[in-house]
Amino acid sequence: MSGLKNASLAARLFGYAALAVVLLVLPFVVEPLLGRAWVRIIDIALLFVLLALGLNIVVGFAGLLDLGYVAFFAVGAYLYALLASPHFGIHWPFFLLLPMGAALACLFGVLLGAPTLRLRGDYLAIVTLGFGEIIRIFLNNLNRPVNITNGPLGITLIEPIRFGDFSLSQQHTLAGLTFAPVHSYYYVFLACVVLAIVVSLRLEDSRIGRAWIAIREDEIAAKAMGIHTRNVKLLAFAMGASFGGVSGGLFAAFQGFVSPESFALLDSIMILCMVVLGGMGHVPGVVLGAILLTALPEALRYVGPLQQAWFGRVLIDPSDLRMLLFGLALVLMMLFRPAGLWPSRVRKREFAE
Amino acid sequence: MSALLEARGVGKRFGGLQALSDVSIAIDRHSIYGLIGPNGAGKTTFFNVLTGLYAPNDGEIVFDGVPIAGLEPHAVATAGIARTFQNIRLFANMTAIENAMVGRHVRTRAGVWGAVTRNAATRAEESAIARRAKELLDYVGIGRHAHALAKNLSYGDQRRLEIARALATEPRLLALDEPAAGMNATETAALRGLMERIRSDGTTILLIEHDVKLVMGLCDRVAVLDYGKKIAEGAPAQVQRDPAVVEAYLGGEIA
Repeated sequence: MSGLKNASLAARLFGYAALAVVLLVLPFVVEPLLGRAWVRIIDIALLFVLLALGLNIVVGFAGLLDLGYVAFFAVGAYLYALLASPHFGIHWPFFLLLPMGAALACLFGVLLGAPTLRLRGDYLAIVTLGFGEIIRIFLNNLNRPVNITNGPLGITLIEPIRFGDFSLSQQHTLAGLTFAPVHSYYYVFLACVVLAIVVSLRLEDSRIGRAWIAIREDEIAAKAMGIHTRNVKLLAFAMGASFGGVSGGLFAAFQGFVSPESFALLDSIMILCMVVLGGMGHVPGVVLGAILLTALPEALRYVGPLQQAWFGRVLIDPSDLRMLLFGLALVLMMLFRPAGLWPSRVRKREFAE
Repeated sequence: MSALLEARGVGKRFGGLQALSDVSIAIDRHSIYGLIGPNGAGKTTFFNVLTGLYAPNDGEIVFDGVPIAGLEPHAVATAGIARTFQNIRLFANMTAIENAMVGRHVRTRAGVWGAVTRNAATRAEESAIARRAKELLDYVGIGRHAHALAKNLSYGDQRRLEIARALATEPRLLALDEPAAGMNATETAALRGLMERIRSDGTTILLIEHDVKLVMGLCDRVAVLDYGKKIAEGAPAQVQRDPAVVEAYLGGEIA
């Protein structure tokens, strides 16, 4: 029995080690095979993993439907952009700005949650949707009478993440490997994602996580068991928002440019799709959902060249076809795997009935 | 010694409907107090007022010297009243032991920081929570189903799990809303044994029940509600003979 246990433990450790090696060499394998553009896509995917993990706390654990989650991403991104760019001439370092972004997003989470958390289901969804739009419209219009956000033009020349003179936006060579910015950022994002996964898993299996899940399952019973549902729900909003804030700061540093366009309703919906498609409330599923939904639309760009190769000309504009196929994929997913691609054991059973 | 719970003149209106009017009861410590009455008499409304789901329009409720009328449900639970529900309200997609662990929430402290860092205090608290939850599952007799999902338990076991979850909050008053509903004779007898044991272990019980035989055999004192009013109160044998009670249950005399 204990021998068996040791064997399975050893297998698991080996699995983790193998996964770690794959993740560490990934950008240098992907680049020669698929090109640097795909390393960039992987970077973006990691940012979306962070966002999806944050939204998973709100939607997956606590069962609160949030359609304006991208607002927290925007808050983090703009905080970083405003305090590390020539726009105001402020140049604070990332290690201050990322925690500040998380804290400010937390605060916005509480600001949104405090008046709205008596609402449930559809009503909460509509209010959060409005909140997301308000943030975006503010960012779009706060260039007059005092120019704070630079309006639709966005903020440029945002500083990269740098450790002293070591800037991630420059090429570096280490042990014969050339690290372009997309490579360096990959490792920073990966570290953040690993941290976010650990935090998510630990929260799920804790007193707070059980309270969230209890509220999702039956709010009245949760109240009757002594859970202060309003505070615990606020906590879910705040925790979820903080992941969004960090992701936003990383995004601003990585892109060097932010504008309100990056924070539209469609982005909120995409993040929600990642959570739902991956498997609500199941951390590995959510990670998978975020990676697939970032990669799939990119992969569908190849539909154009494929048509060229097969039919000699492009029959349907790939940009049209891309969203069509994407929508079709979503519908099929929901039909055949309603609990998500990789649901937790519990939810799988729930939908099997 | 004063009563553990004292409700005085409790009234609750829903629009034009007077669901409860002037209900006063006093529950002694270490007793089993029965609340009976026909369907729609206001028993569950009284429970909901007592446990904070509804705020009463009139009257006051004093629990162990502390006024609790109008408090939020979580505050009532913190004060020491735990309940079960007539139509079972378990956390269906959590396991039995997780349900009982949720009950420990109100008596434990770990927050986000403890959860994320898993420091020594949090680990100790978590293992104490799990241990206590398992003890309670064993206590109500469903220990072998600890890792089954709540919704997959049999009906009787779900009722037991609700009791275990309520006990996990360390209540001084356990309010059971029709715990024997839908149970067969064997299950009811086992439930009766469980309630007697809970009482002898020091927890006072307030029981809503339709099964008059169970109430009469088990309760120290019984109150009867009809149309939101208390029409009788006393020892079971005495209440049983009360003409008002007979009329409420069997209808008025044939004119």
